[in-house]
Amino acid sequence: MKKDGFISLIAILLGLIAGAILIAATGNDPIEGFTYLFQGGLQNAERIGNTLATATPLILAGLSVAFAFRTGLFNIGAAGQMLFGGFCATAVGLTLVDLPSIVIVPLMVIVGFLAGALWAFIPGLLKAKFNVHEVVSTIMMNWIAYWTIYYLVPQYFKGNTETESKNLPDSATLKMHWLSDLFGGSYINFGLFIAAIMVIVIAFIINRTVLGYELKAVGYNRSAAEYAGISVNRNVILSMMISGGLAGLAGVVQFAGNASTIQIGILPSVGFDGIAVALLGMNTPIGVFFSAIFFGLLYSGKGFMSAMTAIPPEIADVIIAIIIYFAATSVLIKKVMDYFGKKRKYRKEAVESNVGEKVK
Amino acid sequence: MEYVVEMLNITKEFPGIIANDNITLRLKKGEVHALLGENGAGKSTLMSVLFGMYTPEKGTIKVRGKEVKIANPNVANELGIGMVHQHFKLVANFTVTENIILGLEPKKGLVVDIKTAAKRIEELSKTYGLNVDPYAKIEDISVGMQQRVEILKTLYRNAEVLILDEPTAVLTPQEIQELMNIIKNLINEGKSIIIITHKLKEIKAVADQCTVIRHGKYIGTVDVKQTSESEMASMMVGRQVSFKVDKQAATPGEVVLDVNNLSVKNNKKVLGLKNASLQVRAGEIVGIAGVEGNGQSELVEAITGLRPIEEGTILLKGQDITKNSIRERIHNGIAHIPEDRQKRGLVLEYTIEENVVLEIYNQEPYSKFGILDKAAIAKHAKKIIEEFDVRSGEGAKTVVESMSGGNQQKAIIGREIELQPELLIACQPTRGLDVGSIEYIHKRLIEQRDSGKAVLLISLELDEVLNLSDRIAIVNGGEIIDIVDAKQTNEDELGLMMAGIKRGEGA
Repeated sequence: MKKDGFISLIAILLGLIAGAILIAATGNDPIEGFTYLFQGGLQNAERIGNTLATATPLILAGLSVAFAFRTGLFNIGAAGQMLFGGFCATAVGLTLVDLPSIVIVPLMVIVGFLAGALWAFIPGLLKAKFNVHEVVSTIMMNWIAYWTIYYLVPQYFKGNTETESKNLPDSATLKMHWLSDLFGGSYINFGLFIAAIMVIVIAFIINRTVLGYELKAVGYNRSAAEYAGISVNRNVILSMMISGGLAGLAGVVQFAGNASTIQIGILPSVGFDGIAVALLGMNTPIGVFFSAIFFGLLYSGKGFMSAMTAIPPEIADVIIAIIIYFAATSVLIKKVMDYFGKKRKYRKEAVESNVGEKVK
Repeated sequence: MEYVVEMLNITKEFPGIIANDNITLRLKKGEVHALLGENGAGKSTLMSVLFGMYTPEKGTIKVRGKEVKIANPNVANELGIGMVHQHFKLVANFTVTENIILGLEPKKGLVVDIKTAAKRIEELSKTYGLNVDPYAKIEDISVGMQQRVEILKTLYRNAEVLILDEPTAVLTPQEIQELMNIIKNLINEGKSIIIITHKLKEIKAVADQCTVIRHGKYIGTVDVKQTSESEMASMMVGRQVSFKVDKQAATPGEVVLDVNNLSVKNNKKVLGLKNASLQVRAGEIVGIAGVEGNGQSELVEAITGLRPIEEGTILLKGQDITKNSIRERIHNGIAHIPEDRQKRGLVLEYTIEENVVLEIYNQEPYSKFGILDKAAIAKHAKKIIEEFDVRSGEGAKTVVESMSGGNQQKAIIGREIELQPELLIACQPTRGLDVGSIEYIHKRLIEQRDSGKAVLLISLELDEVLNLSDRIAIVNGGEIIDIVDAKQTNEDELGLMMAGIKRGEGA
């Protein structure tokens, strides 16, 4: 576990170094660039609040992907689940405007979760019953969500323009005035607490419950799970639904927290960034939490960096991409670490023990 | 006499282990040299060094007196060294000839000249008494025949030295006999052979010299004629071993497992088990003897619920479990030591603790209200570790992937026995284990029998089946050929039945 965290840090470091080289190659000063990048995300209470707010849907999307990964599934459809979950929550918020905040907001959260779960249930079912690969079916579900929202929003919830929904009233969003004020008017909102609670809940499920034990067993070794009488199909469907539900929550905090409208013609990139967050977080809930905050920092700092220097804002995206690359090839980093770390230890062991096992 | 191959002071290291530590092996021209050692002793590594798949850290290799560097298998081939691997490397839907010429196809203009090649193969086959049809397809010929194709492959490449890696593991006793004759023919024609094995009987039958290695270290080279089997065994293991399994006569009780007219499809969607009927009583071990892939897996998977059945019934203590789920069958009292421990038996990424509750994690005291009780699980793991002598680096918290095969197997056996089953199904319980672990596991299985459990044993090792079982069912081509009393049969008779020849039919 500790070693995994170390690998992520190395990936980040390598990404930053590569970014520094790039900045230098564009004729700018890397130190200056990074200073503004981090200042942009951390300089004052408002900026910190915005960093955390940017990180909020990333935490949930990352959890979604990581949870599926732990069960041996690749949920590439977090974007679609997010969109559909966010849309259903928005629809509830816009329809039941008269309800008090204390009723409508929890209702929207629940509906968002369920809608995301439903959107992932279909690929889960297809996988369990017909062995349709979830990568294919979740991508297709992304587009179904895309066009469904494309049709439904202008039809029923048209706002100021053709391409977006009506504004949710403040009573039907996750905004909290005291929190915004605390962070100097930032758009931070209650979503952060939802994300933090889900991190704890998912960590608990994965590590301490019968459900988590089954899901991991299915993820690691399907044959052994089957042998032990664990229903593989049930767990595949369940895992997809929980994963989709988390993505649905990401949609709620995105569209009814950070924003208060839903736009058509866009698949939320947060859904795909969730894959990167999960990778960098080594698929553990805590890792996801910190890696999402780091990504949030880069995203909210890049504007400031490009405003204050001549460095193009795309550099921040390139840094993110490189970090993802290194995180994805963490096996390589691990190998290098093992090579240097174990070489001495092994040599000693090999001399001391004469057990001739594990030769192959 | 001159040496055709000399491997002098070979040392080969892998991270974490010295697989070969200063080993010397010298092969004379025209001799059969056995390389004896337990699983994991370093036999295959040493031969891989000779065949150019590994480069040794230290030591020299001489071929016909000249020092050589064997960088890859092609160099080995050029030097006249050929290897017959334990798992054949053949293309199933190619003919014998096509397989043999693969990689050095003779050409006539632009087309492959099959005819000339086939003719040469036929001649070779005749010279060495191999009896192989050059135009037969691999998928249509027996395993023994396929092995001869592998031998022909090396001969076609003008091999002078043949390395045979565990050549008898996949053969019936009769096929083994034929292989022994082929080895003699090869020697008569001037070839030299290194045979890797841990079966002493075969060494006695065919080898001249025997080099023993243990835990990667060179123990010695002996003249086979002047050394007894038990002397070689103690060289291999490092202590005295008893080959006899001590057991009292069985006292069978009520029928525990009752399989009636069971038919099961195999992975190729044809019947892999046909109309099989079998009973196992409390307090007896019933062994299944047969060559691999003759319906054993289908039988076991049908009983445990891992594979759907086509026809027939399965009763456990009189209760029909044919339609029960896997989990229900476990609860009904079936424990199963699976054939492939890494594929089915363990979640390799889980710790010992997590693995020992694989079937019972959802029951009290191991979990309550859906939440795991880690203390109870740890206690259960500790009990199994102590009782079944499971050794590992970090105790119950060891990830099983890092454990040796023997200890992985002990953990599985402990887990299954601790389920207190009515029926224990043990598939290949000692495959790939060293002699010490084998002795131990045999003892535990007999203990289970004596405590009144029904034991169904599936093994490809005929010795194991003969020594442990009270009754033996012989399978061939998906059918149970016969069920015999273990005391009233012998290896030859079983061998014939494994080849599909029923009692009384004659050979």
